[in-house]
Amino acid sequence: MITSVFGVLFDGFAYGMLLFLLSVGLSVTLGMMNFVNLAHCSFGMIGGYVTVTLMNSMGWPFLATLPVAFVVAAITSVLFERTMFRRLYRASDLDQCLLTIGLVFVSVASAAYVYGTIQQPVNLPSYLRGSYTIMGVTLGAYRLFLIAISLVITALLVLSLEYTRFGAQVRAAVDNQRMARGLGINVDGAFAVTFALGSGLAGLGGALAIDIVGLDPSFALAYLVYVLIVVSVGGLGSIGGSFAAATLLGISDMAGKYYFPEIGSFLIYLVMVGLLMWRPAGLFGRRS
Amino acid sequence: MTSTSAALAGPHEHLRAQDRWRAIEVVFWLATLLPFLVTPNYLSLASQVAITALFALSLDLILGYAGIVSLGHAAFFGFGAYAAGILSKHGWGEPLSGLLFAGIAAGLLGYLMSFIIARFRHLALIMITLGFGLLLLEAANSAGWLTGGADGLQGVRMWPLLGMFRFDLYGFTAYWYSLILLFLLFLVSRRLINSPFGLSLRGIRENSTRMRAIGAESRAHIRKIYTISAAMAGIAGGLLTQTTETVSLGVLDFQRSADILVILVLGGAGRLYGGLIGAIIFLVARDQFSGINPQYWYFPIGVLLVVVVLFLPGGILGGLAQITGSERFQRMVRPLMVWRGKSP
Amino acid sequence: MNQIKTSAPVLSTRGLDKSFGSLVVAKDIEIELPQGVRYALIGPNGAGKTTLINLMTGMLRPDSGQILLGGEDITALDPEARVRRGLIRTFQINSLFPHLTPLEAVTLAVCEREGISRTWWKPVWTYHDALDEAYDILKSLMLAAVCHRQTRELAYGQQRLLEIALALATKPKVLLLDEPAAGVPREESAELFTAITSLSQDITVLFIEHDMNLVFRLASRIIVMVGGRILVEGTPAEISADPRVREVYLGGAAHV
Repeated sequence: MITSVFGVLFDGFAYGMLLFLLSVGLSVTLGMMNFVNLAHCSFGMIGGYVTVTLMNSMGWPFLATLPVAFVVAAITSVLFERTMFRRLYRASDLDQCLLTIGLVFVSVASAAYVYGTIQQPVNLPSYLRGSYTIMGVTLGAYRLFLIAISLVITALLVLSLEYTRFGAQVRAAVDNQRMARGLGINVDGAFAVTFALGSGLAGLGGALAIDIVGLDPSFALAYLVYVLIVVSVGGLGSIGGSFAAATLLGISDMAGKYYFPEIGSFLIYLVMVGLLMWRPAGLFGRRS
Repeated sequence: MTSTSAALAGPHEHLRAQDRWRAIEVVFWLATLLPFLVTPNYLSLASQVAITALFALSLDLILGYAGIVSLGHAAFFGFGAYAAGILSKHGWGEPLSGLLFAGIAAGLLGYLMSFIIARFRHLALIMITLGFGLLLLEAANSAGWLTGGADGLQGVRMWPLLGMFRFDLYGFTAYWYSLILLFLLFLVSRRLINSPFGLSLRGIRENSTRMRAIGAESRAHIRKIYTISAAMAGIAGGLLTQTTETVSLGVLDFQRSADILVILVLGGAGRLYGGLIGAIIFLVARDQFSGINPQYWYFPIGVLLVVVVLFLPGGILGGLAQITGSERFQRMVRPLMVWRGKSP
Repeated sequence: MNQIKTSAPVLSTRGLDKSFGSLVVAKDIEIELPQGVRYALIGPNGAGKTTLINLMTGMLRPDSGQILLGGEDITALDPEARVRRGLIRTFQINSLFPHLTPLEAVTLAVCEREGISRTWWKPVWTYHDALDEAYDILKSLMLAAVCHRQTRELAYGQQRLLEIALALATKPKVLLLDEPAAGVPREESAELFTAITSLSQDITVLFIEHDMNLVFRLASRIIVMVGGRILVEGTPAEISADPRVREVYLGGAAHV
């Protein structure tokens, strides 16, 4: 019983880290521009397919594909940001939703056309495949690797946001966009870079997700819901909030599916709706 | 013609003129009878179109007129669908009362939800409607004893309509039944949007802050329209159950919420005929391309959405209105109007 | 003048305080507005004039103090309830209904006031009284000619007038105008202020304005705010003679 609790906690934490990578970018960009980008997980999906393609068609090693997944997702996203999204920053929520849902549809259909609707296989290197047993708890090597990567990235994000000049600009823009512009900060430029970074992280998350949740064209829609939960519960523009919300969601989703397989997802949505009604701006958000 | 004479006749004449039935509307409703004569093999599709149009109309009332975004409107459609199905499964197969039951059930759910909806805006509202839709889907999935779960609800049997008309295989009864209900509820909606209440809804859409500042009862209005819209969506769902005699989890799917949003926006949100036109185009196109993988089908839909948002903000009807409202078009048609004796 | 001063005030505030963190935006505000008076609220940028209007209309909650309308304490009421009791404002930046016509917008306000806006089975055009009232308001503000155009198509000055028309449609006792002429070209602003002067004497008006010529021409009394406090209150003659006011305006604290 105790070991199963630890096992669920561990798997749930690893899953939460995955959700964090997938959603942190959206949280920050939403906080900056209030732009509801429902296509965020499509960028994540791009990362996944980049890794699959490089590994299966070109024989690249898994680890080498990760930076490429990041970069391709980042570049693609910034192309869309410059050509389409920026025209809608002052448009209504509805228009933003519709445009980005349209892009989700296009990405799902394109992925289905190129790769088919089957789950994509991924061959992990042997050192990531095994598991370690510590005091009766089985810890998957891949999940340990995932947690390590995510913690390093979280630390980098927090440090760069706190201590770099760029980070200060982003924080100012999230706090008060008008004031930031007044201070001469190039908010649009900072936003484009943040957007690229955020989508890149989603791409990395998409690549890392293949072994845990699989990859097929429905990824862009299925994980969108989870990402939105993390963002809205964690609060816009808050890295700490996203981290906490993702961890919470990951663990409770695992626990729900493990202990109450019948109503696991129901509980998740119930908790989300309840939390939002209690605090519309999220657990850690300051404004709605 | 209208502007000069209306100014003389008092301010209400202008609004009265907007309320009048136009020839094109009469033509549209007459054209809905064509499937009986021209394409009798497609009556099932025609009734699907009528049901979807009704669903889109219900969304138009909250989204197009009151500006309340919803990513989970299928919740009410599906709730009505299950309500009608479960009633029939338990031995009451009379269609009209069953439909009333579906409408009331969904309306009640909408009324409860409306207290939450009226309090939120922006991202929180989007998330709550989305989350609520998913919540209901999962609930229906888990409550297999009531809904049949993933296998769908079995054993829905409808009695003949009015005791006389059986639901036939060709969809003859299904189409005229759906069409009459669509028309009746369209009349209700048309009445509603031209009323003082409808005017207040447009005010909420245009500027909710200012509505507060002129002392408007915005929240009460939102609760009311949300309830009406939910009941209409429930009736549409009930119609689907009754005309197909099955209910599956798909009635509550996120995909259904997204589709109906697409249909409305393509046709033109905030215009009574927007959802109707959108439903015709969407369903007929999907029927034509039914041979291809359904996943590919979303490619053109996605592209269309992007194009509409970026280049055609009022949807198809908005675009048409812009063309027909332009000076050039007016100049083109004026000679025709003179010839027909319609111009002063 | 004396007679007006002794009558019971329509709107008054008692010890109104508000601060955002360490920034004090309103400190111990005491105002009494008698019926029918035209008050001007002046002061340098950041003096807290708009904040005061936000406090009085309920868009902001005071930290302490009271707001009374016709003797009734309205401090705890939400903005809608205050409007229904006759306290209305306009906005410094146009806040209108872009896709409604002026006639529709003003009719909407009239219908909300009368409680007609709950009915959804009768067309708007059957409410001749509401429409006629709306039309008369628009006519009194020189907007009759454009009453069937979409609001977003109106000239800027006309939109400013529509701001006031919307406020008048609620039959206010007290009308708070936040820089009614902001952004309006000088030649059009005269027209706007003629409209304000010709408002019914039943309505008490408090307006924020930066153009001192207009202030001294229109206001029967003036309140000067500086740094969230009321510096002085008096007739135009008293204000223009007050050395403290001179210091505020001539000492470089503001640009008028």
